Amino acid sequence: MTAELLLQSIQLSMPEIILAVGAMALLMVGVFSGERSTSMVTGLAVGVLIIAGLWLLLVTGTGSAFGGAFLADPFAKFMKVLILIGSITAMVMSVGQAREERINRFEFPVLIVLATLGMMLMVSANSMIALYLALELQSLALYVVAAINRDSVRSTEAGLKYFVLGALSSGMLLYGASLIYGFTGHTGFQEIAAVLAADERSLGLVFGLVFVLAGLAFKISAVPFHMWTPDVYEGAPTAVTAFFAAAPKVAAMAMLTRIVIEAFEPITPDWQQIIVFVSIASMILGAFAAIGQRNIKRLMAYSSIGHMGYALVGLAAGTQAGVSGVALYMLIYMVMTLGTFACILAMRKKEEGNVEEIDDLAGLASTHPFMAMMLTILMFSLAGIPPLAGFFAKYFVFVAAIEAELYALAVIGVLASCVGAYYYLRIIKIMWFDEATESFVPASGELKLVYGIAGIFTLGYLFIGGPIGAAAQAAAASFF
Amino acid sequence: MYHAIVFLPLIGAIIAGLFGRSLGAKACEYITSGFLVFAAFLSWIAFFSVAYGDTDVIRVPVLQWIQSGSMSVDWSFRIDTLTAVMLVVVNTVSALVHIYSIGYMHHDPHRPRFFAYLSLFTFAMLMLVTSDNLLQMFFGWEGVGLASYLLIGFWYKKPTATAAAMKAFIVNRVGDFGFALGIFGVFVLFGSISFDTIFAGAADFMPVEGADPGMEVVLNFLGYSLTRADALTVTCLLLFMGAMGKSAQFLLHTWLPDAMEGPTPVSALIHAATMVTAGVFLVARMSPIFELSIDARTVVVIIGAITAFFAATVGLVQNDIKRVIAYSTCSQLGYMFVALGIGAYGAAIFHLFTHAFFKALLFLGAGSVIHAVSDEQDMRRMGGLRIYIPRTYWMMIIGTVALTGVGIPGLYFGTAGFFSKDAIIESAFVAENAAAGFAFTMLVIAALFTSFYSWRLIFMTFHGKPRASADVMHHVHESPAIMMVPLYILAVGALLAGILFHKQFFGDYYEGFWQGALFTLPTNQILEEFHHVPFWVKLSPFMAMLIGLVTAWYMYIRSPETPKELAAQHRGLYQFLLNKWYFDELYDFLFVRSSKALGRFLWKEGDGRVIDGFGPNGVAARVQDVTGRVVRLQSGYLYHYAFVMLIGVAALVTWMMLGSAF
Repeated sequence: MTAELLLQSIQLSMPEIILAVGAMALLMVGVFSGERSTSMVTGLAVGVLIIAGLWLLLVTGTGSAFGGAFLADPFAKFMKVLILIGSITAMVMSVGQAREERINRFEFPVLIVLATLGMMLMVSANSMIALYLALELQSLALYVVAAINRDSVRSTEAGLKYFVLGALSSGMLLYGASLIYGFTGHTGFQEIAAVLAADERSLGLVFGLVFVLAGLAFKISAVPFHMWTPDVYEGAPTAVTAFFAAAPKVAAMAMLTRIVIEAFEPITPDWQQIIVFVSIASMILGAFAAIGQRNIKRLMAYSSIGHMGYALVGLAAGTQAGVSGVALYMLIYMVMTLGTFACILAMRKKEEGNVEEIDDLAGLASTHPFMAMMLTILMFSLAGIPPLAGFFAKYFVFVAAIEAELYALAVIGVLASCVGAYYYLRIIKIMWFDEATESFVPASGELKLVYGIAGIFTLGYLFIGGPIGAAAQAAAASFF
Repeated sequence: MYHAIVFLPLIGAIIAGLFGRSLGAKACEYITSGFLVFAAFLSWIAFFSVAYGDTDVIRVPVLQWIQSGSMSVDWSFRIDTLTAVMLVVVNTVSALVHIYSIGYMHHDPHRPRFFAYLSLFTFAMLMLVTSDNLLQMFFGWEGVGLASYLLIGFWYKKPTATAAAMKAFIVNRVGDFGFALGIFGVFVLFGSISFDTIFAGAADFMPVEGADPGMEVVLNFLGYSLTRADALTVTCLLLFMGAMGKSAQFLLHTWLPDAMEGPTPVSALIHAATMVTAGVFLVARMSPIFELSIDARTVVVIIGAITAFFAATVGLVQNDIKRVIAYSTCSQLGYMFVALGIGAYGAAIFHLFTHAFFKALLFLGAGSVIHAVSDEQDMRRMGGLRIYIPRTYWMMIIGTVALTGVGIPGLYFGTAGFFSKDAIIESAFVAENAAAGFAFTMLVIAALFTSFYSWRLIFMTFHGKPRASADVMHHVHESPAIMMVPLYILAVGALLAGILFHKQFFGDYYEGFWQGALFTLPTNQILEEFHHVPFWVKLSPFMAMLIGLVTAWYMYIRSPETPKELAAQHRGLYQFLLNKWYFDELYDFLFVRSSKALGRFLWKEGDGRVIDGFGPNGVAARVQDVTGRVVRLQSGYLYHYAFVMLIGVAALVTWMMLGSAF
């Protein structure tokens, strides 16, 4: 590798390098100034993320780096911006809770920055090895974050479960990757695609495909690799859950998209079957299982499982419209999820601290009308009621599926969203029609800001959807 | 002027209905009554200017209504002699009933509502009689049906009243269904529902001597392909079905007696003088097409004759004073339809005209009696009232004399009923209709019965010993002037309407009076022929009246035990009549119970079990089952979770292997 090439590679991966260097610097700051420095480290971490984001938006061009292992294209840029927004928002939202609960440690922002770095590398990964390294970087950070409240049994249990199952899924992914390497002789996505296009597909390769997809499906918590989700969502501190639900899902979905569309494009019918199966299973389970939940974080876990199913509908189509639908879906999903978790974080009572039961929302409309209004909009949007953003998200993936003649998938998706509407509407009913008990303490400013922006974005999507949709289409165009 | 006649009642209804609470009951009464009196006054002016003037038809456009394809319907008034007669009848009786109600209803707390309904009814009835096309007529037709429903059920806290209101409404639906189909039929045949077009087009259906009757199919009905003549007959019969419902003719008559649950002024206005005659008006209005279909008219005659006879027989044994008069109304409507069926349209309208006076008089008189005896309606608990309420007594006598048709046969002298009813009976004798002989017999017998039950009513109510409790008898009082004055006015009409107008309606001045408002074929000479009936025919209704009177006198004055003995001897017949030929029971069994059973079945089984069971409730229950199972999968054990993941991978791998094998 010549110096010139190295320089070019560094230029293309500058945002990631900013994050990596920043994370290590922050760690030093934290270590040397002790526990007191948490808020400063948090602020600096947000600053690092913002700088990386600005660099990404304004400076970074497109191209391939590090011998083809790292790819900077419009799709990666779109997804990275989403990831950065998700991470920044989650970190801002965590400030309040970190002060109250005992997760007030400087490691938390550092770990978030490291996880974000991992996610950004995942999005840009263009070979199996890069993919695995990025994934592990993200996962290791997340395992620790899940158990950050180490005095809480539930939090540590959640962290442990996540770690063990995550290790299992990593193993599967590695096994699959090695099979693919064995049957194609390559780790780079373009090279794999070239071999697959030239040769007859072999059974061993399909084995490899299944294992790789299983490992990735774990990361987006798609059925049947979803089992960790409700427990981790419930067990982890709410601020961590908010982070879990947003940025890592976007990164994993982006990675999944890239690998099936780029590396396995020649064997589309094979992976399409798997994706369709996983999608249907996720949508149905997400819809049905959430109905029985009383804890709103568990409910959101099933909700996110269902939503991953819907996003996979677009991926299953395998077309440009489908990929653009996925990109759009992830964006809207992330906004809705962050807004909803902002509301959940605002469910704080004077004596009990943070509460998580759905029934605690009773009569919210009379005690906190603005929050109730925003949460209502977000719930309607999650249920997919027009003209809110969630409706358009679903609409575009279903249209893509129908254009790809996956009629059964689209029909099942619509039916599942009917069933799913029930539990969203139940929350609305509880907020507006049930008698209020004890009122929540007033929400802090940053939470109000987050759910306010999310609600307004969701409500006003009809008017701002044009440029956003165009950006998603441009992102999808990088594959075709 | 015509706008004022039609819309004044509507304005009154709106004022009383919407602002009644703030205006107060007194103001509502005077406003609505005042408008109606004014409208009635204008109606008489209209009557004299149209019927006695030179113009045959006046058209008053109001507004455009519907433009759709070849159908064009406008609101406009068609004022010819027929309409003018109806205007006079409706507005006069309505005005008198309004005034009478001020006295009759003065205890009721909901008077504004009552007067609003009465005026609304009047407006709808005026809309009906002034209509220029069938759709406008249908609007009025449904409007009077609605007002009738509201007024029968005016005392809505009384379960029998609401039941009667529903019955009236539902039975009328059957007729209205026929009417609506009839309108469609007319549109198919004539391409329009405007009266002018229909009447002009009717000439095409006239049978021409020697020409091919025409086998061209013009209408399909119930799977039958009908030629021009048959199509016309079917259309006429469908229209007549509507008339049967509204005019309570045999088979669709059951609602009228029950409608007496409404306040008595309502019975006088709606269920005696005006609304129930809408059917007669409809057939008379459509005379240009009914005249062409001899078969349809035969059906009209048969139904009319049976109704006249049937209702009279039931009237013989009823004990409720209002029900007797209600059956009498039913019976008299039968007379009118016989007259229509045999082509004596003038006689029918004439009877409608006179009947309005004497039947309204009888009803309002009965109301006065009921008012006097503390809302008692059973004649068995009356008796001997003539001394206490002499004015009402004499008014009732006048009504009865008019109804039974007292007069001197051969001379043109008598009460209103004498002229109109005898004209119908004599016309039935000379008519060429196949059913005319049957009708004549039925009508004469019905006349006998009419006389009997009318005098029975008088004798049971006013003569003999008082049978009411002493408490009631203590309170018996003559009605106030505001109730008696309408009676006097109606009494004048009941006595003199016959003498004054018989030549116009059905005599020498027929042509000049009607000016083509009623259509008759050149072959229809009934107007001329009925003058030349044998003397015994002229005598027969008189004799029937006399026999009825004497029998009633014998059974209720001379020997009051006879009725009971007769009833005991002929128990079956008595019960048969008392239970109105068991029509209510029959209908209850045939239609009400079966449709209720069907409804219950569809509700419990169809909707409840099938639709709800497999639909919303079933799906919801299954969703909960599924949810329960799915939630149970989430055990919390790590090895379960890992197991599920491995199973998932294994399943996918197996699937892909099998997939690749194919």
